[in-house]
Amino acid sequence: MKFSIRKRDRERVIWGLILIAPTLLFILVMNIWPILQTIYLSFTNAQSLGNPQWVGFTNYLAMFKDPDIGRATLNTFIYAIVTVPVGTLLSLIVAVFLNQKLKGRSIFRTLYFIPVISAPAAVAMVWRWLYNSKFGLINYGLSLIGIHGPNWIGDSKYVLISIMIVGIWSGLGYNMIILLGGLQDVPMTYYEAAEMDGASKVRQFFTITIPLLSPTLFFVLTTSIISAMQIFDTIFMMVDQNNPALSNARSLVYLFYNDTFVNGNRGYGAAIAVFLLIIILILTAIQMRLQRKWVYYGGQD
Amino acid sequence: MSKTKFSTGRLVMYILLILGALVMIIPFIWSIVTSFQTLDESLHFPPKMWPSHWDLANYTNVWKALPFPKFFLNTFLMILWRVIFATFLSAAAGYAFARIKFPGVNALFMLVLIPMMIPGQVYTLPQYLLMSKLHLVNTVTALVLPGVASTFGTFLMRQFFMGVPESLEEAAILDGASTWQIFTKIMLPLAKAPMVSVAIFTGLFAWKDLMWPLIVNQDPAKMPLASGLALLQGQYTTNYPQLMAGSVIATIPMIILYVIFQRQFIAGIAQTGSKE
Repeated sequence: MKFSIRKRDRERVIWGLILIAPTLLFILVMNIWPILQTIYLSFTNAQSLGNPQWVGFTNYLAMFKDPDIGRATLNTFIYAIVTVPVGTLLSLIVAVFLNQKLKGRSIFRTLYFIPVISAPAAVAMVWRWLYNSKFGLINYGLSLIGIHGPNWIGDSKYVLISIMIVGIWSGLGYNMIILLGGLQDVPMTYYEAAEMDGASKVRQFFTITIPLLSPTLFFVLTTSIISAMQIFDTIFMMVDQNNPALSNARSLVYLFYNDTFVNGNRGYGAAIAVFLLIIILILTAIQMRLQRKWVYYGGQD
Repeated sequence: MSKTKFSTGRLVMYILLILGALVMIIPFIWSIVTSFQTLDESLHFPPKMWPSHWDLANYTNVWKALPFPKFFLNTFLMILWRVIFATFLSAAAGYAFARIKFPGVNALFMLVLIPMMIPGQVYTLPQYLLMSKLHLVNTVTALVLPGVASTFGTFLMRQFFMGVPESLEEAAILDGASTWQIFTKIMLPLAKAPMVSVAIFTGLFAWKDLMWPLIVNQDPAKMPLASGLALLQGQYTTNYPQLMAGSVIATIPMIILYVIFQRQFIAGIAQTGSKE
């Protein structure tokens, strides 16, 4: 009997390893090893051709003196600081609305989700056309109310705003669905009880909805920040190389792509990737810390 | 009194929802309208709200200019393989991480979780170097490989299996079922919902990824739609009717898929955000 239990345990462990092995192998080869390799390359002068030579902190020192990097870091932060709160707030409002009993709920849900399933390149092309300063639909709309619309993408004052609008527009539906899922987990009895106590809708929202939704909100915020810090597609597709407003639009990932794969400065590109990694790790650590202050994981009582 | 207040509140809510929905949908409708216009017609102020005649010329031009059937095929294969691998491998690893105890299992799980906090650009160059070393640049395999295993999928599946009552498994163990049998016969059928969630999540992610295909497959015949469209823009720069035709071609199939599988899409995405 004892022997068979031990045999049983061994069988389970062996199967466990077999079931884990493919995932582990691919994560090691495709993710873990590349992290180490990128860190190594960031200390070399790797180019598209030839053997990389160790150069110590040269890339990092060059990076801190590079005005393009400074500007791109600023652009990336501005993008995240604006799009994450605004996008989360808008998707929360839509989710709360769609959580009511109302006609056409699923039609609304479908319409709000359509930008999410569109290919980023298609989205960028359509918005480029909408933003067109002479013939675009947006400036036509503005002209109807007597506003002379700007050159959205070509003007350094507006280019980042234009990109942020597209970012919020394309991400809203995704977060709305996740928040809606969180809202539907809030028991109706809580609201009924609050109703009996005479609590207003607004009060119910802040005392019931927000605390119970806080884990979902935390998830949405964390994932939104990480993806906002990696903004690339819209900029790459909407802002051409010869656009005078380019430097006001470029993000860190844009520079990473350009240096690594267009200019062939792989060592420098790797340093940018590591820099971004450090920023994201710091932001995640801050969020984890703040989460204790506002995220409610209760539910025992 | 409170009744009228209630209904004005509802009215405001409807108006806001409709305005929002218009903002969501107008870019798409506008791209369809433009795609049927001639270049001259599109360069007009105030814009013409309707094409003078429904001419398919832009569509046929775009279709001829770039290998769209190849784009579709490559996209389909990339998503199909990524989804199949990621879904089943995540289920397998998730089950083992949740249920099988052996020394070091938690350390291995931590290792698998690391990529969750790492921006993808950190892998891009080494992955590209690996593909070129394996002579896989400009192949569909190169599009698939980085998405074979899924950190988030594994995490999600582990969460799910940790919630499955142990009694289910114990009964099967007493009946002498092997671990493989328990996994395939008992656990997998239970895990349909989270597996659909992983499938939709990884599928959507693969569909929307632009940078990797841009880098690894520069041969148009091996591009998915994501980077194929970028190529289109490079060719037609400001010929918006043709660009819009291309973007409509790329968007319509996904919208059809979404409308058919809407329930699964919504439930799948919603589940990625729940911690239970």
